[in-house]
Amino acid sequence: MELLKEREEQIHRTGEQPFTLSCNKDSLAGAVSQRACVFCGSRVVLYPIADALHLVHGPIGCAVYTWDIRGALSSGPELHRLSFSTDLQEIDVIFGGEKKLRSALLELIERHSPKAAFVYSTCIVGIIGDDMEAVCRQVEKETGIPVIPVKSEGFMGNKRAGYTAACNAMARLIGTGETTGISPYSINILGDFNLAGEIWLIREYFERMGVEVVANITGDGRVADIQRAHGAALNVVQCSGSTMDLARMMEDEYGVPSIRVSYFGVEDMAQALYDVANHFNDPEMLERTRQLVKEELQELLPKLEFYKKALKGKKAAIYVGGSFKAFSLVKAFRLLGMVVVMVGSQTGTEQEYQELAEITDPGTIIVDDTNPLELTSFLEEKEVDIFVGGVKERPIAYKLGVGFCDHNHERKEMLAGFVGMLNFAEEVYSSVMSPVWRFTCQKEKGREKMCSIAVANPKE
Amino acid sequence: MSKNPPNYISTTNACKLCTPLGAALAFKGIEGAVPYLHGSQGCATYMRRYIISHFNEPIDIASSSLSEKHAVYGGGANLKLGLMNVTQKYRPQLIGIATTCLTETIGDDVKLFLREYEKEVEGEKPIMVQVSTPSYNGTHMEGFHNAVASVVAALAGKEGDEDTSGGVNILPGFVSPADIRYLREITDDFSLQATILPDISDTMDGPAAKTYEKIQPGGTPLSSIASMGNGMGSIEFGHTMSDDSGGVLLARKFGVENVRIAMPMGISASDRFFDHLTRLSGSPIPEKYRGERGRLVDSYVDGHKYIYGKKAIVYGEEDLVVGLTAFLAEIGVMPILCASGGKSGKLAEMIRQATDDLLPEQPQVHEGMDFYDISELAESLGPDLLVGHSKGYPLAQKLSIPLIRVGFPIHDRMGGQRILHLGYRGAQQLFDLVVNACIAKKQGDSSIGYSYM
Ligand code: SF4
Ligand code: SF4
Repeated sequence: MELLKEREEQIHRTGEQPFTLSCNKDSLAGAVSQRACVFCGSRVVLYPIADALHLVHGPIGCAVYTWDIRGALSSGPELHRLSFSTDLQEIDVIFGGEKKLRSALLELIERHSPKAAFVYSTCIVGIIGDDMEAVCRQVEKETGIPVIPVKSEGFMGNKRAGYTAACNAMARLIGTGETTGISPYSINILGDFNLAGEIWLIREYFERMGVEVVANITGDGRVADIQRAHGAALNVVQCSGSTMDLARMMEDEYGVPSIRVSYFGVEDMAQALYDVANHFNDPEMLERTRQLVKEELQELLPKLEFYKKALKGKKAAIYVGGSFKAFSLVKAFRLLGMVVVMVGSQTGTEQEYQELAEITDPGTIIVDDTNPLELTSFLEEKEVDIFVGGVKERPIAYKLGVGFCDHNHERKEMLAGFVGMLNFAEEVYSSVMSPVWRFTCQKEKGREKMCSIAVANPKE
Repeated sequence: MSKNPPNYISTTNACKLCTPLGAALAFKGIEGAVPYLHGSQGCATYMRRYIISHFNEPIDIASSSLSEKHAVYGGGANLKLGLMNVTQKYRPQLIGIATTCLTETIGDDVKLFLREYEKEVEGEKPIMVQVSTPSYNGTHMEGFHNAVASVVAALAGKEGDEDTSGGVNILPGFVSPADIRYLREITDDFSLQATILPDISDTMDGPAAKTYEKIQPGGTPLSSIASMGNGMGSIEFGHTMSDDSGGVLLARKFGVENVRIAMPMGISASDRFFDHLTRLSGSPIPEKYRGERGRLVDSYVDGHKYIYGKKAIVYGEEDLVVGLTAFLAEIGVMPILCASGGKSGKLAEMIRQATDDLLPEQPQVHEGMDFYDISELAESLGPDLLVGHSKGYPLAQKLSIPLIRVGFPIHDRMGGQRILHLGYRGAQQLFDLVVNACIAKKQGDSSIGYSYM
């Protein structure tokens, strides 16, 4: 396929030396990037804080497209599932939106009594120059709850910049809560958003090990927990991008060390638990962890056998938001005996891509910030059986007669943890093995003619 | 009954989408077109995700991907670069350019940029149609209608053979691919040559294909648009759009008679549509549709008792709400609240006109509503049914009443693109849905386990 020339250096094929891949570039004008914006990044990270008010300051679209689209669950309040907007109108754009923002905030805080409020700025707020900082300060004074501006104007960068903005916002909460009574064996869980209830599972693992979880950041998150998060002994950070900045800042400011983990796939899940146990260096805890892993594996591995047999040698392609997840997926597919032929992410770093190149087979395509046309050509070239991605990628896969597994924020299936591996295998299996593919035009033999269909308005 | 709408400053769970989304969808219904948003990247990505979840079809919306420095110095250079890249990669026949809030606010002069582009860039270029779509002014429906009007303004003409002229122009607004296929079937059966603008029946509901098409085949042919000025008449669905709609422009510029009718939903509104087709074609209503109508009336009679007097809340785009309300009123369901996020100022009057002789009392009708407002009113109204798109589901769940899914978006069921709303056949499907939802509710609420209702 002819690539847009400017895109060439964001695609690499394993084995073709030397390795260079430029990333974290602005998306190219006119290429249909699968990326979102700064606001999206901030919103993803902060959204699961369930007892906070999330007010989007801007025109309606930015808020309405993010209304309850993610599967981040809460065990209590569900304020996060509402989509609040100032719905700026022309007059606000001309005369400024500060007054409206202030009134909207006061109205909503009075109505919902949130524990804190996050106010997201969108593109035009950056242009009309509203002093969000001042409005937030004023409302904070009047209402007595933290009111935190999130500088997330979409055009200020990509999703990654949004993660940083979100971390900066949370940094204003951390350190303001009471930390007495926190166990020395305590952690914060960073970078899990409780999709399909995953953080409950992970918390349970840690509790079985004898580790206290202080704050969920941010899946099923609570403002008060985050305020005392600096009292935890360790930050356990999942995912490459989203909450790394916060961990770094907590290390600098409060001396809380951090480790990076992933809860996807058997190896990474077990490693995560061992890493935490090793950090605390407590023999009993280590023993409990071994026991836990053993029990879980005894339960899981026999059940996986069936899927391994069925899926052996099938080809997988991966395109996800963060590259850390891509690693886990590569390993998970390996465990199933499948072959990864393409892997990419929206926001990986050069080093991460290099590492991906190291663990993948020669010829594997590695790609940063791709677009539908490229994806199409990769899927066709590699004759992929299953594609792992987000909702935007799904119709592309389906049109090409390729199976699909949703591994993004919209999913409703639990894919983390040991049981998550089984769910994952099941989901891959249910797509790859479906009999429907035999009818798609790629596979159908003998009835190819049925695949040429005249449109209602044929071109002359 | 209080007829004052709730009046809050903040918006919670909006009942509208933003302007460029409508424009992008309208452009998707033009042959060989790629929608393009002049703005930052996020908007395009969000809209694609939102649209894909309904249609289950790929939709590529290109973007200028403006970053901070463009926001300060203007997005002209990126627009041109983007257009060049789209041209090179997609080889479109047309690029439909919609602005976003950002580029409207910084005051980018897209018209000027396009003139410059025309001069600066060599070689063959696709047709560029541009529409101004700030979201702080209107909803996705304004975006949709304005994009259609822009296409008409830019491309409609009197091309083609005068003798073969005399087709009919249908501007259906935002309806489903299934609706458009049905409209085509109807006009074919009337032996009318019809230009349906826009036509998303193939582009947003395509068959499985051998290879991935960069631009899905289908859409209103450019050549048909070019001869819309020869039409013997235009039929435009909806009453709430502005006075500069596509149909009005055709009338003004080429003298093509334009009739605006309510969306043909239910028997009365569909009758009016068929009357116009009869008048324009000079032929009587084909047998087939008399049959459809007859079976529909028959089923109205068969099912009327299950639904008489049921109270319904209807929400969504204004013209859709008018159409649905008229349909519900004629089957004996009592619309009690009609709500839209749109603000045409015409909603209440249109509903009154459509239902005056059917309803003992007019429903509450409110514009500029969000789901918080609807929810608040619903508490005291005690509805039996919700009628609208998927986003009403949380309310339906809270009230334990059925939701009849129509319109856009359908994000929690299969087949949103195949829902048929229009004409006798659409009314038949809606009628069965409504009646069966009421029956299922009664059946489910009973502990007896009736297998005979
Ligand atoms: S900025 Fe405007 S165009 Fe973009 S998503 Fe928000 S409302 Fe829509
Ligand atoms: S306007 Fe800006 S913040 Fe809103 S969706 Fe678009 S890019 Fe993102």
